[in-house]
Amino acid sequence: MTVLTVENLHVGTDDLALVSDVSFTLAAGERVGLIGESGSGKSLTAAAVMGLLPEGVHATGSVRLHGVPHDLVGASERQLAAVRGNALTMVFQEPMTALNPAMRVGDQVAEVMLLHGTRPDRTAARAAAVDLLAQVRLPEPERTARAYPHQLSGGQRQRVMIAIALANGPSVLLADEPTTALDVTVQAQVLDLVLTGVAERGAALLFITHDLAVVATVCERVLVMYGGRVVEAGPVREVFTRPRHPYTRGLLDASDLTSANGRLRTIPGTVPAAGRFPAGCVFRNRCPRATGACATLPAWTDGAAGGGFACWHPVAADG
Amino acid sequence: MVVQLLRRTAVFAVSLAVATVAVFAFMTVLPGDPARVALGVNATEEAVAATRAEFGTDRPLAVQYADWVSGLPVGDFGRSYVTDTEIGPQILDRLLVTTWLVLAGTAVAVVVAVPLGIAAAVLHRRAGGALISGFSQVGVAVPSFIAGILLVTVFAVRLGWLPSGGWTPPAQDPVEFLRRLALPALALGLVQGAVLTRYVRSAVLDVLREDYLRTARAKGLTPIRALLRHGLRNAAVPVVTVLGLQLATLLIGAVVVERVFVIPGLGSLLLDGVANRDLLLVQGVVVVLVLAVLVVNFLVDVAYTVLDPRLRRAG
Ligand SMILES: Nc1ncnc2c1ncn2[C@@H]1O[C@H](COP(=O)(O)OP(=O)(O)O)[C@@H](O)[C@H]1O
Ligand code: SF4
Ligand SMILES: [Mg+2]
Repeated sequence: MTVLTVENLHVGTDDLALVSDVSFTLAAGERVGLIGESGSGKSLTAAAVMGLLPEGVHATGSVRLHGVPHDLVGASERQLAAVRGNALTMVFQEPMTALNPAMRVGDQVAEVMLLHGTRPDRTAARAAAVDLLAQVRLPEPERTARAYPHQLSGGQRQRVMIAIALANGPSVLLADEPTTALDVTVQAQVLDLVLTGVAERGAALLFITHDLAVVATVCERVLVMYGGRVVEAGPVREVFTRPRHPYTRGLLDASDLTSANGRLRTIPGTVPAAGRFPAGCVFRNRCPRATGACATLPAWTDGAAGGGFACWHPVAADG
Repeated sequence: MVVQLLRRTAVFAVSLAVATVAVFAFMTVLPGDPARVALGVNATEEAVAATRAEFGTDRPLAVQYADWVSGLPVGDFGRSYVTDTEIGPQILDRLLVTTWLVLAGTAVAVVVAVPLGIAAAVLHRRAGGALISGFSQVGVAVPSFIAGILLVTVFAVRLGWLPSGGWTPPAQDPVEFLRRLALPALALGLVQGAVLTRYVRSAVLDVLREDYLRTARAKGLTPIRALLRHGLRNAAVPVVTVLGLQLATLLIGAVVVERVFVIPGLGSLLLDGVANRDLLLVQGVVVVLVLAVLVVNFLVDVAYTVLDPRLRRAG
């Protein structure tokens, strides 16, 4: 069963196209990785799905969530508010600033349940909040519930954010680099919490990350984004062993999946600023295979096992 | 938190001590011997000396200071050299009037500034926001006595709705008290409100950009409810600071507004004292004004600790 359908999503300001023509689906309980260098449009894609775009940035296209009768794109704030934090939740990259500094964390967790009426009253929500804090393995959950955010470490705050995102048993959780800002020693534990949390609730996970090794071990499918476009998609095993798009190839070459500490080689050149990507194929100015044909936007080619790519000169399927 | 409050209280006490010394020293170095002022230019040296002894101004300064300052906690401000009356009761009387005026002015300022500032921030990309900012800009430029004269012209002289001045104590006639308080409170409060609107606007704008407001929306709060539930308390910290700082301006504004509206407050007392060269009276009023500012700063500090849990360090 498909829980999230994103079709022809475009995100931009009045004069810049930031995300173009993104389409993908998430099945119930499915874990999908969204990868690509910084500035590829991953965060904006997630924000557009949540309807939480920054001021001056607008989305068009379609975002449909199972059980919600209307499109999320163009929905009113009131309609979106009923969905956010309930069926559709998000964990952000930066935990240090994500919590209200003037409110006890237990209350911040309880609030999301009270808002959507998933607990009958304040007492029940408070108790459930302490339970959730225990589930995300915060020490002394009773005491932590009474703490203010500044009394917690970054890792602990991200656990609180995860508790908030899981509280109402969402059908889709968007995790935007949830461990990037954390100390390496706690990254694995926090990742594990996200994974157990979605698994226990049967929630679909869109996992945005730089870490291809994590995608390889954790996700079933992967979307590769560059220049605001999905340039390749498919089952992780397929995409990571037989990448067809030169950009995916570059990402894989740059990340040594076999080495534990992931020494990086980089793709030649740098990601252009928003609006500075070449016309036609967005990867054209950095691509070793580019030809004159690449000045035209490459059409989407369906590949093996339900995936596909957008390239005029794909890497040979046998690697 | 207790340690912090104790520390703040200590700072408050020290500031107070320093302030009394400063006020006393300032008034003492001013030219003019109270005894000579009282007796006139033709007085004999003997008479002046006798009067000095009577006033106690022949004693060493330290003794005079100690005598004066030790009376302050019990409301004993000394006896006027000019009118030969107790200063304490007068100051207390007038302080009450000025307190009403300043509180009413602050209330007007807050009632005006909080909703307008929030609206200006929320609508900052629209015409409504620009309009509010424009109005507050104009308001900032208007001195409170001009505002007072304008208000009197319109509401007292033209429309005849409210009295143009004077004072009725609340215990005597509450309705008349409010009617007489209305225009001076507006004169004082509208101008302060215009200033405060800008601070509320910028504090709310800052808060609107905060990540935790995005989190609040991600939890299912509409933007307005997210601001009301998660933003305002955080925006209150800088606004309370400004309110505290504004109090000094408000007190000075009150001195002038009391003149315009013929209100028997501390401001009028101060100006009378200056006109009569009643040094001890002026000294008393100034120390009370300084004390008022210090008390408010102290309360602002305490308010921070209550509003922002990050400032409550262990203790
Ligand atoms: N509010 C905004 N206004 C204009 N450009 C933006 C805004 N937010 C992000 N961008 C631009 O959009 C591009 C994609 O950003 P983002 O989605 O954050 O990338 P990623 O998460 O993949 O690193 C970047 O070039 C970024 O500078
Ligand atoms: S379309 Fe051309 S430029 Fe784009 S990735 Fe393929 S080969 Fe490279
Ligand atoms: Mg990002």
